[in-house]
Amino acid sequence: MTSEGIGASVRRKEDHRFLTGNGNYLDDINRSSQAYASFVRSPHAHAKINGIDTSGAESMPGVLAVFTGQDLADDGIGPLICGWLIKSKNGDDHKAPAHPALAVDTVRYVGDAVAIVIADTLEQARDGAEQVNVDFQELLAVALPVDAMRDDAPQVHEDAPGNLCYDWEIGEKADTDAAFDAAAHITSMEIVNNRLIPNAVEPRAAIGEYQPGSESFTLYTTSQNPHVTRLVLSAFNQVAPEHKLRVVAPDVGGGFGSKIFIYAEETVCLWASRKVNRPVKWTAARSESFQTDAHGRDHVTKAELALDADGKFTGLRVNTVANMGAYLSTFATCVPTYLYATLLAGQYTTPAIYCDVQAVFTHTTPVDAYRGAGRPEATFVVERLVEQAAKELGTDPAELRRKNMIAADAFPYQTPVIQQYDCGDYPRALDEALNRADYAGFAKRKTDAESRGKKRGIGFSSYIEACGIAPSAAVGALGGGVGLWESGHLRFNPTGSVTIFTGSHSHGQGHETTFAQIVASRLGVPVENIEVVHGDTDKVLFGMGTYGSRSAAVGGSALCKAADKIIEKGRKIAAHILEASEDDIEFADGNFTVAGTDKSMNIGEVAFAAYVPHNYPEDLEPGLNESAFYDPLNFSFPAGTHICEVEIDPNTGSVEIMNYTAVDDFGTVINPMIVEGQVHGGVAQGVGQALLEGCVYDGAGQLVTGSFMDYTMPRADNVPSIDVGMTEVPTPLNPLGVKGCGEAGAIAAPAATINAVVDALWDMGVRSVPMPATASNVWQSIQSAAQAAE
Amino acid sequence: MPVTVSMTVNGKEVSGEVEPRTLLVQFIRENLRLTGTHVGCDTSQCGACVVHINGTSVKSCTTLAVQTEGAEVNTIESLATDGELHPMQEAFRQNHGLQCGFCTPGMVMSAVDLVKENSDPSEQEIREWLEGNICRCTGYHNIVKSIKAGAEAMRG
Repeated sequence: MTSEGIGASVRRKEDHRFLTGNGNYLDDINRSSQAYASFVRSPHAHAKINGIDTSGAESMPGVLAVFTGQDLADDGIGPLICGWLIKSKNGDDHKAPAHPALAVDTVRYVGDAVAIVIADTLEQARDGAEQVNVDFQELLAVALPVDAMRDDAPQVHEDAPGNLCYDWEIGEKADTDAAFDAAAHITSMEIVNNRLIPNAVEPRAAIGEYQPGSESFTLYTTSQNPHVTRLVLSAFNQVAPEHKLRVVAPDVGGGFGSKIFIYAEETVCLWASRKVNRPVKWTAARSESFQTDAHGRDHVTKAELALDADGKFTGLRVNTVANMGAYLSTFATCVPTYLYATLLAGQYTTPAIYCDVQAVFTHTTPVDAYRGAGRPEATFVVERLVEQAAKELGTDPAELRRKNMIAADAFPYQTPVIQQYDCGDYPRALDEALNRADYAGFAKRKTDAESRGKKRGIGFSSYIEACGIAPSAAVGALGGGVGLWESGHLRFNPTGSVTIFTGSHSHGQGHETTFAQIVASRLGVPVENIEVVHGDTDKVLFGMGTYGSRSAAVGGSALCKAADKIIEKGRKIAAHILEASEDDIEFADGNFTVAGTDKSMNIGEVAFAAYVPHNYPEDLEPGLNESAFYDPLNFSFPAGTHICEVEIDPNTGSVEIMNYTAVDDFGTVINPMIVEGQVHGGVAQGVGQALLEGCVYDGAGQLVTGSFMDYTMPRADNVPSIDVGMTEVPTPLNPLGVKGCGEAGAIAAPAATINAVVDALWDMGVRSVPMPATASNVWQSIQSAAQAAE
Repeated sequence: MPVTVSMTVNGKEVSGEVEPRTLLVQFIRENLRLTGTHVGCDTSQCGACVVHINGTSVKSCTTLAVQTEGAEVNTIESLATDGELHPMQEAFRQNHGLQCGFCTPGMVMSAVDLVKENSDPSEQEIREWLEGNICRCTGYHNIVKSIKAGAEAMRG
C-alpha cells in the first residue's frame, strides 16, 4: 500500500470546488435564452380531470406555452415505465397501469402533475401556473395498503382490481410450514417499516435543450445514472432517438436512490424544449420534492421465527404488504421482492424460509428504492425477530446469533432464498463489535442509569446485504429489464496523464478520488495525474450508474479490466523498444522492466511512444486507450454487527443514543476515510428512520408531512458519534475484492436502535415500539404496557 | 415593479434591479452569478443558503435583497484567499467533512461564525450550533470533527 494506492485515506480531489463554492450543480447551470417551467399539480389525492383551461395562463405576461398530458399524447410521448417484471403466484405478470408524465383524465396522488407552464422568468411561470384552471372532480382516496385491500376500497387503477399490483412468493412453503409444526418455540411479530422521504439536500432539477441545427437534444438532469435516463427517454418515452440525445448529470447533491428514476419533470422539460424552441429549466421547490421524489420503505409485515429446543433457527415465515404508491416508479417492483426477501436468511443457517409479498396501489406518491432498498426492511424483520426470540427464551442475544451464524469455513453458502453468499466471517465481526461496545460493561452502565432515573438498553443488528447489483443474466432471469454491468475506459494522454471515463456517477461517494486510487495502484500513475470523468453520455461510452452500492465492485472492476488491457498492450510496446521478448517483460509500480536487468520504461514513456510510434511494433495499433465492460459474477455481500446503546427518560419517552458501534466487512477498503464516511451517513439515515422520520398521509390522501417543518430530518444534535471498525474479508468474485459500503449503515441501524429501545423498556413491560420511536411514541408504548399489566 | 438595491458583496460594491419580493439568495445566485450559496428548502430549515451579513451568519433564503441595502455580505466565495483555503475549509478537506458538497457552503459559513462566537467549542456546542444546517450525506460525525479542527487552526 502506497500513500495513495488501495487502502490509503487520500484526501478528496473533488473537495476543492465544493468547499470554495465552485460546484456545478444543476441549478447553477444557465443556458442561453433559457425559459423556466412551473408544474401545475393536483391538490387532491384522487380526482377526475373534467377539463383544463389554460387560456388564462397563456395570456399571462412572459408565458410562452402551457402544455397538458393531451399534448404529450398527441406527440406520441410514451408513459413513464417500470423496468422490472414480477410474476405473481398464479403466473400473471404484475399489473402495470399506464403512468403518463402529465395526468390526462385522472390524478392519483397529491402532487401528480397536470400541466407545465413555461415562461421567460421563474416568477412569470409560477404566476402563470396559478392561472391554470383545472376542473377537478374529487373522488374518494385511499392512502394505506391495508385500506386499499378492502373490498369496498376506492380503486386506484381500473386495470389493477383490488388495488393489487402483484402477489409474489419465494422459498419453500411446505418445508417452512413443517418446520413451524415441529418447532419448540415460535416468535411472532407484526412489524411496520415506516415510509420515508429521501430528501437529498439538493432538490431535483432539469434543463431540457433542443438544438434545431442538428435536431438533437441535451438534457441536464440531477441523475445517478445519465445513460439509463437516455436509454429510457429514447426507447420508451420516445422523446428523441438515442443517438440524438445527450444526457448530462453534473455535480449532484446527494441521491440515495431518489435520483435513479426517470421522472415526469425531466421528460416533459426535454420534450417541451423543442416545442418552444428554447431551453426549459425546472428546479423543484422542497415542498415539490416532498410530493414527487419517490418515497421509500412502507412495508407492513407479519413474521415468525421457528426454533428448535437448542435455540437453532429452523424456519422463517414472512408475509409483507408493500405500498407501491399511485404508479409504478422505475424500479419499484423489485424492491420488496428480489432486493428484500432474498436476504431473509440474514447471517444465519435457517434452512427453511417462505415469504410472500402483496404489492398494493394507493393514492400516494410512488414508492421506490431508497438507501438500502429492501435490505433495511429484511434486516429489520430478521434482527427484530432474533432479538425478540432471545428475550422470550432468556438467551443472550449475542450468543443466540453466534449459535446460528454461518461458519467462516462454510462458504460459498447457498441460502434458501436464491442468494449464494461468497465469503465472510460473521462471528469475528460480532466479537469485534462486542469488544468495541464494551458489552461486558453494559450491566453496570444499566444499573448506573437506573440510579439516575434512566432506562438504558442495548440492541444488536447483525446484518447482511446484497449489493454490487448485479450479474446481468441473474437480473434478467428474475425479471430485470436491463443489464447491470459497468464500463470503464482508460485514456492515456501522450504526456503520460490518464483520463478515466466511468459509467458510475459520484453524487457524494468520492469516485474522483477512489477511482483514481484504483488506477494509481494498478498502473503506477500518481493520483494527481489522473482525471475522472463521469456523468456525460457524450464523454462516457455507456454505463448503468450508481446505486445499490455497486460503484467500487462493478465500476471499479471495469477499470481493473481496462487497466489489464493497458498493461498487456504496454508490455508489447515495451518489449519492442527494450528489444526483449514479451514474456521477459515484468510490470510493477508503473514500470515495464526486462526481467533480471535494469532495462526499463515507465508507463508514461510507453504512452508517449504509443502516440509517437516511430519505434513501434509493426502489427500493433498506435495509442494507449482501452475500455472494458464488467459484468459481475454475483452480488457482493457486506455484513457485520452494529450495536446501539440508548438511554430513555421514562417520564418523557425521549431517547438518547449513548454509543453506536459499527463493525463491517466491506472486503477490500480502497479509502478508509471515505468508507467510514459512508457508514456514518448510512447510520444517520438509519437512526433517522428509527427515531425521527416518518411520512404521514391522512385518510384523504393529503401529505401531512409536506416540509421540513413536519418531517423530522436528523440534525447534528440527534445523531451520535459513531465508532467504526472494519473486518476485511475480500471477495474472490471481483478483481478488487470489494463488497460495497454505501448502504450498510442505513440497513443495519434501524434494527440496532429499536432493539436497544425495546431492551431499555423491557422490564416496564414494553415489547415493541413503532418507528419512528419519537418521545411521544415511546411514552405511549410505556403507558400501554402499564395499562396492559393492570 | 423593480427597485434598485446596493450592497457590498465579498468586498465589492454591487447593485442591481430586483423585484421587492426577491430573496437575497436569488440576488446572489442570479444577479451576481455567485452560485456557491445554495437553496435546499422552502421553510428556512436546511441552512444551505447561509451567508454572513455584517459579520454574522444569516439564512439568505429568509432575507429579502432589499433588507441588505448598504450591508456587507460575504458568501462562501470570499473565504479562500489567493487560491489558498481558509483554515475552516482546509479542516473540512482534511477531515472528510463533506460528501456531495451541497450543504457545505452553508455549513462552512455557519461554522466560521460559530468559531467567531466561541473560539473553542465543545462537541456538544458544535452539534447544537448546527441545528440550522441539515446534511443528508455525512451523518455529521466528520463535520463535527472538521469544525473542531478548524476552530483549533483559527485559534492559531
